Amino acid sequence: MPNKDTIVDVPTVNKIARLSRLDIPEVNKESLTNDLNNILGFVAQLDEVDTSNVEPLASVTGHKLPLRSDDVNDGNIEDLILKNAPESSSGFFVVPKVIE
Amino acid sequence: MNVNSTLKPGNIQGETGIWEMVIGLEIHAQISSKSKLFSGASASFGSEANRNVSLVDAAMPGMLPVINEFCVEQAVKTGLALNAKINNVSVFDRKNYFYADLPQGYQISQFTKPIVGEGEIIVDLDDGEQTTIGIERLHLEQDAGKSLHDQHPTKSYIDLNRTGVALMEIVSKPDIRSPQEAGAYVKKIRSILRYIGACDGNMEEGSLRADCNVSVRKSGEEFGTRCEIKNLNSIRFIIQAIQSEAERQVDILEEGGTIDQETRLFDTSTGETRSMRSKEDAHDYRYFPDPDLLPLEFSESWVQDIKEKLPELPDSLKKRLVKDFGITSYDASILVEEKDYVDFYQQAANGRDGKLTANWMITELFGALKKDNLSFSESPITSENLGELIYLISNGTISGKIAKEVFSEMMKSKKSPSDIVKEKGLEQVSDDTEILKLIDQVISDNQDKVNEYLSGKDKLFGFFVGQVMKLSQGKANPGVVNKLLKEKLK
Repeated sequence: MPNKDTIVDVPTVNKIARLSRLDIPEVNKESLTNDLNNILGFVAQLDEVDTSNVEPLASVTGHKLPLRSDDVNDGNIEDLILKNAPESSSGFFVVPKVIE
Repeated sequence: MNVNSTLKPGNIQGETGIWEMVIGLEIHAQISSKSKLFSGASASFGSEANRNVSLVDAAMPGMLPVINEFCVEQAVKTGLALNAKINNVSVFDRKNYFYADLPQGYQISQFTKPIVGEGEIIVDLDDGEQTTIGIERLHLEQDAGKSLHDQHPTKSYIDLNRTGVALMEIVSKPDIRSPQEAGAYVKKIRSILRYIGACDGNMEEGSLRADCNVSVRKSGEEFGTRCEIKNLNSIRFIIQAIQSEAERQVDILEEGGTIDQETRLFDTSTGETRSMRSKEDAHDYRYFPDPDLLPLEFSESWVQDIKEKLPELPDSLKKRLVKDFGITSYDASILVEEKDYVDFYQQAANGRDGKLTANWMITELFGALKKDNLSFSESPITSENLGELIYLISNGTISGKIAKEVFSEMMKSKKSPSDIVKEKGLEQVSDDTEILKLIDQVISDNQDKVNEYLSGKDKLFGFFVGQVMKLSQGKANPGVVNKLLKEKLK
């Protein structure tokens, strides 16, 4: 029972795919659109609950955001940082040129 | 074309009438913390590539951000200094986009609930006028890494040292109406940030940079479509970029075109802006609350503690300088631009003529430092020595003209003005008998001119004063020379 406000069509799927840098084969788009509509429709059931007077809940644990003091106690691990890089040179990551 | 000479700054004379600029600024200020906003890696500038990177900054799976308390405190402090509303609960959101120097794939920022809300500051303009500019918000966010595109023909080099460094984004309301006002606004924000120590304000190193939103309209009309000029790192460039962008928009509109809302870059070599991103990839950052971070909460009493510790800010200091030292509001606004200037001035002017001290500091000292390419902290002249020079002028030991000679010697040798005056025998001569001797000499050397003067050529009086001064090597007291010459030539 998809909610009419959350209907996703193929152009929307194309847009999300482009923003996410995902290459989705043309043949899969129709079924993906159906899947997304089903998921969104399922979640949309929550809209039936009136939450107009309820504050958004950020955590169920009651914990507050922990803060740390301003100390330098990390870094100096450039070898480790660059270890997974497909290409690196003189301490830099090297990637295909990313300027127009 | 600018044909109307009475045009207000920020107005453009077009074919169809006068256009007005509407400008809003987003200032990115790097917080002066030792470590990053969400990691313990160093936030210092100029290290080896990728040295100041933790696994959190590199966005390794499973790493969690933990916020830096000092950074939160600086944001609150800045909010208070901007007379703004402090939000005791704020939320961090993910701003999603892909770029090679953003390993997370998103920037942690604050979107719907920033730490600081609306405020306002007073901005001092060059003509001595003041204007109030509204602040829309201030939020905390991460800086991105740095891409180098000129190291290799087909590759980009990425350094993540800046990734995750704490920034405050300070967003103004679209209250600014000229490039000059925009420059003055940035100057004031920078000054406030330096006073409270939240940011070093170093624009060359990128600690402070601005995005400018510019649109144009006919007076009284609705706002036009705006363009955003990204990443300007000097006040001069901000002024140039806004002027050139507004003129570009006027040209398009007057030819019947429309403005595309887009992001533009300022090319410092041509002095013009150019389009930066193609339109089809219109921004869609898909903000959502960062599930790794709970809302940021703090108590009102913590905010009050910070408020009590705030130092005296430029506006209040300025009023105090005008009141205590009798200087003009304009001079005071120059002196309060930097904390170092005010401290120097107050020491130099202590017990001395405040106006004279301000003149010598602003005109002579600032001028000489600029000429010698020295920063203020490198000044060869100490506040003590400038104060002493003012004292020597005020009590008549040296004339204003000799003082300039002493001043340049102070710049060169760092010696105290009293020592220089003593060594060079520059004390002003005010003694009647000595000056009369000089006058007699000048009169006997210029008998023909004396006759002309006595037969009515009054203008020659200046000539005699000049000759006496020259003969005394500038040391004669000009007031005494004037008085005695008048009596003598009656």
